[in-house]
Amino acid sequence: MSVRRIRILLAKPGLDGHDRGAKVLARCFRDAGFEVIYTGCHQTPEQIAAAALQEDVDVVGLSCLSGAHKYLFPQVAKLLKDEGADDIVVIGGGIIPEQDMDALYEAGLKAIFTPGATLESLVEWINTNVTPRA
Amino acid sequence: MKELGKRVLSGDIRAASRLIRNLEDQVPNTYIAMQEIFTKTGNSHVIGITGAPGAGKSTLTDELIYSYRQKDKSVGVLAVDPTSPFTGGALLGDRVRMLRHAEDKRVFVRSLATRGSMGGLSKAVGEGIHVLDALGKAKVIVETCGVGQQEVEIINHAHTVIVVLVPGMGDEIQALKAGLMEVADIFVINKADREGAGKLYKETLNMVHMSKGSKEDAKGWNIPVLLVESVLEPHKFAKSVDVLREKVDEHYQYLIDNNLLSDRMRRKTSAEINEALWAAILQPVLNDLEKDGKLDKMVDKVLKKEVDPYSLAEEIACRYIK
Repeated sequence: MSVRRIRILLAKPGLDGHDRGAKVLARCFRDAGFEVIYTGCHQTPEQIAAAALQEDVDVVGLSCLSGAHKYLFPQVAKLLKDEGADDIVVIGGGIIPEQDMDALYEAGLKAIFTPGATLESLVEWINTNVTPRA
Repeated sequence: MKELGKRVLSGDIRAASRLIRNLEDQVPNTYIAMQEIFTKTGNSHVIGITGAPGAGKSTLTDELIYSYRQKDKSVGVLAVDPTSPFTGGALLGDRVRMLRHAEDKRVFVRSLATRGSMGGLSKAVGEGIHVLDALGKAKVIVETCGVGQQEVEIINHAHTVIVVLVPGMGDEIQALKAGLMEVADIFVINKADREGAGKLYKETLNMVHMSKGSKEDAKGWNIPVLLVESVLEPHKFAKSVDVLREKVDEHYQYLIDNNLLSDRMRRKTSAEINEALWAAILQPVLNDLEKDGKLDKMVDKVLKKEVDPYSLAEEIACRYIK
């Protein structure tokens, strides 16, 4: 039976090495029935974009706690757009101040999750807003 | 769907990743793209890397990619991880160890989930190999899901099978058992600086010696048993993987020189016909049964012991296959 599974790339761009949250999310997405490609810490936006293309994912989830989200998140979105892959949904999470949000949405991010967001709300957001790419 | 195969042949990365996904998801009519590429395939050397979970297959794959890139060979990787039997989800984490190649345009790494297949490989792996072959990769490395003793499906797909062993996994009786230990063209004893490596090395050598003359090696392939040092000493690790790369290439040359390549391919081809038949015959039947909940009703009936699965299957077969 033909089944399109939602595929998610989870990555931590930049120098921040705190990936406990990302691992919890990876497990949570696995339990929600998604295929999660976890790529770990310390990646450049270029590495993340290249991996997203090779893995043909529907969603790229970026996590950043170090404060560099204002540069890193838009950079990933831009690289995907340059490759004609702006149909891949980019979402972000981590320590993201309220005043940075507008700029991130403008840069192409579709959702931002900050501490306190429940795992259920993330899964629900994806199930509601992401259709596996035809 | 049409032209997708042609785009793969022209080296289009996105077309390749999309085609592999369509194969995994069993999207209807994907065979059209496969028809476009199939006759152009058969140029890649397919290398299987298999062994227990945690044996170091991904790290070994990463170093092997590096070693091949030093020789200017293009490399494609299919890395398989398990699907949850409960949720159907999967965490594919092999890529974490291969990050340094992410931006190398001549390396293509794709993670696949087993999606319920029992042989340590997903059904799409065999087809994915053709896609990477059509993409022009000289070497296609298939890293199996961490397998147990009987998961040996890799021999249906690879020209050269590397079995990775680590010290501390069992006694010499394990080495004598059927299954995994029989499929190796090359043994790697990984983490060879660990206690017990020497013993494992000797046991594996003994086992290889005993099986001499039993299969293709009758024609002269001596199954090597290689010791690979820990990654904690990167230089030594790289050096031992270079030796492995040489052996892998030597084995491929041996297959070519002795006209054994087609024997290996025969196995794969027969498995492929098998799978294509499954898709062509069984899948439409299953799809039809799943429609309107017919299959669910059958499950209920069997559960209530009103009928047995064997009579049910025979009845269905009679109805669909004339």
